[in-house]
Amino acid sequence: MAAEELKTGPLEYRTQEGQMGIMGFWIFLGAEVVLFATLFATYAVLYGRTADAPVPGELFEPGIVLIMTFLLLTSSFTCGLAIHEMRRGSVKGLTIWMSITLALGLGFLGFEIYEFVHYAHLGATMQSSAFWSAFFTLAGTHGLHVTLGIGWAILLLIQIRKRGLTNVTSRKFFIISLYWHFLDVIWIFIFTSVYLIGMVL
Amino acid sequence: MSTAVAQKRGLAATIWDYLTTVDHKKIALLYLYSGGFFFLIGGLEAMLIRIQLMKPDNNFISAGLYNEMITMHGTTMIFLAAMPLIFALMNAVVPLQIGARDVAFPFLNSLGFWLFFFGGILLNVSWFTGGAPDAGWTNYAPLSTTSPGHGVDYYVMGLQISGAGTLIAGINFLVTIINMRAPGMTYMRMPLFTWSTFVTSALILFAFPALTVGLFLMMFDRMFGSAFFDVALGGNVIIWEHLFWIFGHPEVYILILPLFGAFSDIFSTFSRKRLFGYSAMVFATVLIGFLGFMVWAHHMFTVGMGPIANSIFAVATMAIAVPTGIKIFNWLFTMWGGQIKMTSAMLWSVAFIPSFTIGGMTGVMLAAAAADFQYHDTYFVVGHFHYVIVGGVVFGIFAGLHYWWPKMFGKVLNEKLGKLAFWPFFIGFHLTFFIQHFLGLMGMPRRYWVFLEGQGLETGNLISTIGAFFMAIGTVIFLINIVYTAIKEPKVGGDPWDARTLEWSIPSPPPHYNFVQTPLVRGLDPLWVEKMDGKKGMTPAEPLGDIHMPNGSILPFMMSLGMFIAGFGFIYQVDNSSWLIAVFIGMGITLGSMLTRSLKDDLGHHIHKEELEADIKKGVGK
Repeated sequence: MAAEELKTGPLEYRTQEGQMGIMGFWIFLGAEVVLFATLFATYAVLYGRTADAPVPGELFEPGIVLIMTFLLLTSSFTCGLAIHEMRRGSVKGLTIWMSITLALGLGFLGFEIYEFVHYAHLGATMQSSAFWSAFFTLAGTHGLHVTLGIGWAILLLIQIRKRGLTNVTSRKFFIISLYWHFLDVIWIFIFTSVYLIGMVL
Repeated sequence: MSTAVAQKRGLAATIWDYLTTVDHKKIALLYLYSGGFFFLIGGLEAMLIRIQLMKPDNNFISAGLYNEMITMHGTTMIFLAAMPLIFALMNAVVPLQIGARDVAFPFLNSLGFWLFFFGGILLNVSWFTGGAPDAGWTNYAPLSTTSPGHGVDYYVMGLQISGAGTLIAGINFLVTIINMRAPGMTYMRMPLFTWSTFVTSALILFAFPALTVGLFLMMFDRMFGSAFFDVALGGNVIIWEHLFWIFGHPEVYILILPLFGAFSDIFSTFSRKRLFGYSAMVFATVLIGFLGFMVWAHHMFTVGMGPIANSIFAVATMAIAVPTGIKIFNWLFTMWGGQIKMTSAMLWSVAFIPSFTIGGMTGVMLAAAAADFQYHDTYFVVGHFHYVIVGGVVFGIFAGLHYWWPKMFGKVLNEKLGKLAFWPFFIGFHLTFFIQHFLGLMGMPRRYWVFLEGQGLETGNLISTIGAFFMAIGTVIFLINIVYTAIKEPKVGGDPWDARTLEWSIPSPPPHYNFVQTPLVRGLDPLWVEKMDGKKGMTPAEPLGDIHMPNGSILPFMMSLGMFIAGFGFIYQVDNSSWLIAVFIGMGITLGSMLTRSLKDDLGHHIHKEELEADIKKGVGK
């Protein structure tokens, strides 16, 4: 294993370990794409099969979903700024922008939990019909990813406080930024093919 | 690490060493031992099935137990025997073939193994807790969603955990092969076994998430009352079939491709020729991998997808015969005019060609959608897939084990016993499965507990059972060979076969850092290139220097143990919600281990130049 370290370029790419970690994560995202694609396909097959439960058009509301979308899209932007600050070597900038990202992510999650509870009150739960099973599994898997991402990022913020910017910490931040942007992309698909279509059809 | 040294350190230290190892060669051994163990269990289940079907209206095992037997035989053989044995070969060989000192993520390599191991154990615990899964290895809904007891829950959780391990292993090999090739080892100089591992890993990457989702849906339906497969609430049972086969068909290529690679290396070594049509072989491997994703619905011709869908999948399926044919012919042409040495490894490989070709032929027959309505769910299908899986995968595993045994253990498996194991297995295999095609054509359905008297099925089934016993005898002789070799056979050098690829340029078994100096690769079959230039070994690509190696860790074991405990919690929380405590404890152990892993940097250790020089004096270098 080549342990030598490059002297230029972004910190996270300077060791072979860092390069391989990042490539491994890109490949892992490939598996995640298939995972979500499978969930989307299941959702599409079960679309409209609501049995006696409410139909999506009755429950989906543009307001709350739009707020969630803005929160998550903005968090992706601030996450990009955090990595920009990291590349500039600013621990402070990285910490601030990453914390804002997390706050936005938490906001998204709060709205999503509220939304799920709200639907449950109106008689749409995972048990009520095949359509709602598919909906909660798809949106819930995304929500679970966001939750894990938030916990993960908090861990990294603790690490950066202790250790500062090193090859290892910057690799970890770069990887979580890939993860965060990926969740954003998935949300765009959920927003359009679940909520928008669910509201009009 | 030789056994003598291990014995000196005591048993506990050895066990601890294996629990914490991140060395790809030791992980290979772990895969080999546990895969071999599950292979024997699966074989035992097969014997019980064949004894039950020995005569008409037999009462050897009950109908319910029979269902559990066939389910666990298939599941065990595919997920817990064939996959890990393949991973054993990959781990033992691929880093050596590309001139690397370990895989890209040694920690994840260990995690992948332990997840597989605990998943397999979880699945088999079901035998002792009130019944194994009994809905067939394909676990079709609604049979599976309505199966009483917890058998299917064990199937779902066990496969979920071991599937996660497989996905991790696949990603690991992809990154290893992309990033860790020695200088000069271009893609088109990689040995075929490495190539096929590469393609297989890509298949794992894209196929296993579909199984993950399918298992989650099944889990939610059975444990949390969702309605994916509940038709009364708008569900659709065909979703499971699609998801299962979107995973399941690539899975059969995941199983066979690495062994295609192994056969290629073996044919070339024992014919003392470079592989015929190397680039065509690489192309065919990639093409099979690609087409493997386009054909899953040929398992579902009778579902009612309609003539257009059936035709498309039929044609796509038949198309796979083309790259497979390329491979068969290239193997034949590799042997053509070569100086063939009929070692045990070569014997298994040569026997593979006609056996697998028969399986391929019946595959094309099954691919004809209209004809498939006749064959579907009969013993014809059972005969077909055992011809490809036993005649291809199992023969390949035996061939690969014979070929790479000296690299893994430093000793050549006894040749006489090797051939003695081959013949009963080979004859028994054809005896067992050839007749099953005809039983199927005569209308005998698969998965049935008994067949009736007076329908002309008696003789065929008896022959099939006798064949199964021959296979068992072959397997036992192979096991005896392992023990005999360990005790009696002498140590051999690094290159007992006069072979061609990089793994044979270093001692057997290799030191734990593999290569003292990273080798410089100057062509296809790099060791052969050097030999033809009159050199003794590889030219180093770097000066002698310190080597950086990762440290061992118990965390992968703990993470997997946590998943194992949580698995029980998920299964039994349906009966009693206090089992949720097990979920929290298990997930707590797993997440806690992940936390530790994240917060504590593993900086690894260095092997210093002086130690390497001392090793070279002892003869490790060449």
